[in-house]
Amino acid sequence: MAAKAIGPVRRSFAPWNDPNAKPFIEFRNVTKTFGDFTAVDDLSLGIYEREFFALLGPSGCGKTTLMRMVAGFEEPTRGHVLLDGQDLVGIPPYRRPTNMMFQSYALFPHMSVWENIAFGLKQDGMPKADIVARVDEMLTLVKLEQFAKRKPHQLSGGQRQRVALARSLAKKPKVLLLDEPLGALDKKLREETQFELTDLQMRLGMTFLIVTHDQEEAMTVADRIAVMDRGKIIQIATPAEIYEQPNSRYVADFIGDINLLEGRLSSVGAGGAKLECVGTGATVDVAQDVSARVGDQAWFAIRPEKVTISLTPPADPNVNAVSGEVWDIGYLGDVSIYHVRLATGATVKSTITNTTRLVERPITWEDKVWLSWTRDGGVVLTR
Amino acid sequence: MRRGPSWFNVTSITLGFAFLYIPIIILVIYSFNESKLVTVWAGFSTKWYVSMLSNQSLLDAAWVTVRIALLTATLATILGTLAALTLVRYGRFHGRTLFSGMVYAPLVMPDVITGLSLLLLFVAIGFDRGFWTVVIAHVTFTMCFVTVVVQSRLVTFDMSLEEAALDLGATPAKTFFAVTLPLILPGVVAGWMLAFTLSLDDLVIASFTTGPGATTLPMKIYSQVRLGVTPEINAVCTVLIAIVTTGVLIASIVTKRREVERQRAERLAIQG
Repeated sequence: MAAKAIGPVRRSFAPWNDPNAKPFIEFRNVTKTFGDFTAVDDLSLGIYEREFFALLGPSGCGKTTLMRMVAGFEEPTRGHVLLDGQDLVGIPPYRRPTNMMFQSYALFPHMSVWENIAFGLKQDGMPKADIVARVDEMLTLVKLEQFAKRKPHQLSGGQRQRVALARSLAKKPKVLLLDEPLGALDKKLREETQFELTDLQMRLGMTFLIVTHDQEEAMTVADRIAVMDRGKIIQIATPAEIYEQPNSRYVADFIGDINLLEGRLSSVGAGGAKLECVGTGATVDVAQDVSARVGDQAWFAIRPEKVTISLTPPADPNVNAVSGEVWDIGYLGDVSIYHVRLATGATVKSTITNTTRLVERPITWEDKVWLSWTRDGGVVLTR
Repeated sequence: MRRGPSWFNVTSITLGFAFLYIPIIILVIYSFNESKLVTVWAGFSTKWYVSMLSNQSLLDAAWVTVRIALLTATLATILGTLAALTLVRYGRFHGRTLFSGMVYAPLVMPDVITGLSLLLLFVAIGFDRGFWTVVIAHVTFTMCFVTVVVQSRLVTFDMSLEEAALDLGATPAKTFFAVTLPLILPGVVAGWMLAFTLSLDDLVIASFTTGPGATTLPMKIYSQVRLGVTPEINAVCTVLIAIVTTGVLIASIVTKRREVERQRAERLAIQG
């Protein structure tokens, strides 16, 4: 039911494409150094109101530091962090209209679930009756009504996670910061909670900023993702754009599985380009405007599920095709990954969805096979 | 296969306990001695307890000692906790090594040297020796014990708890009293008790730094022993032992009960 309600909103929500839209959280040329180490390097970024924004990257890429600068636990060495037009630099964490959900949940062990959720409200000097009403509302929201009197150590991991969420939402912050919020949960619970989070964010109409190293998590929950590396943002885009149109080898490789094949551009033009691919030993034809010159080094990137595998050459002469030999097969249940060794020695991965319950594989080890993909199946990357 | 304790374990435990407790047991037994001579048993009597209660100078000394110990423990706990917080929290500030060295120095410093140097200091600045000089001296040498105990508690403290409190709008002071202090309280209480006991039975430093009208119980006992031990001293010591034992027993029962409660709660949680 909820999915139907949020569908149209999510589909049309794109303030980043609106030139008149003002960012809600803004990083302006922010640099943060710890001694000799530069955690965040001259970074600028705008996050819009009601957006679910994900900072994605390996550990040490500066994503957590960036979030902690919003919360107020770190101050930028240079640059400004703005929230709703107000410069946050110099404002201590306890005066900022943001709340954070910690990776370790950081529930106060000596307080009950009820007291944990009420803690922030009490700091504001809210009248007692209002606190009671608000805490009860939060407990209902995270479905923990019967657990109000329990201490954190009397709860399961999933329940603790929900208490932490309720506590950080209780004060209705302008921005909710989530630091690897689902890292401690097991896979099944994590996937469930990801959808709950998106649903919750839509219903509350709040701005969420999540930090994660888990690309699936970022893709499930976020409106937009910023992929970071060594203190810089490499690409900011919607999950689909990040996946289908990565702007660099780093992003392509970081998100999902991909075949990367090196080559040189032999022709560029409007609506198409050709790449002399060393890896495949053939010319790759792509339907893409490549902003580089002929002769430049480039890489052809294609996702394994976009490579079709067959025992006979493809009938359509317009598709790209190479031949090779099945080297290895990885059976994952829902899909099988074929590793095909080409004549050049390069290996190309192709994923096939197992739509039937065949135990005998139609294509098996050491079979001579053809790999093919359409002109818009992959992308040419120049960096 | 059931394995009972070996004869070696039994012997070593017996010897160990005997070494520690036989002198105390003898002291307690002889406090009920009828005879005036400490070493000759002449039948059971409680008359030394009665005479102890009418010995005003002994009671005065006991009262002074308790007041000094209470004040010392409280001041040392405050200062020691602050020192521990500084050492654990503020990372690598300028002069940290020097500071931690100076905090821990009294731990290994012989009492005689601490006492003498403090005496020289009080004389040099013309501070009248008495009750307060003993308190200052005791705070000086007990503070480091509090720091050690509290520091060990703070090292395992999850810093994100404090950040969470700040993030939820608590000022740093409020965060300390609402979150940090309750969580390190067991360490702080242990530190307080340690400081209290150390102050209670200190003889050397108190002798150096005391003045007229501030004779502590250990000093009183020591000076009386030099004139000859009477069973009255045994009676005083027995009372002291009783007080300390009761305190330790209560503390351990409370800790044990809490632990049991916590384990029961955790079992409940796992069962759902």
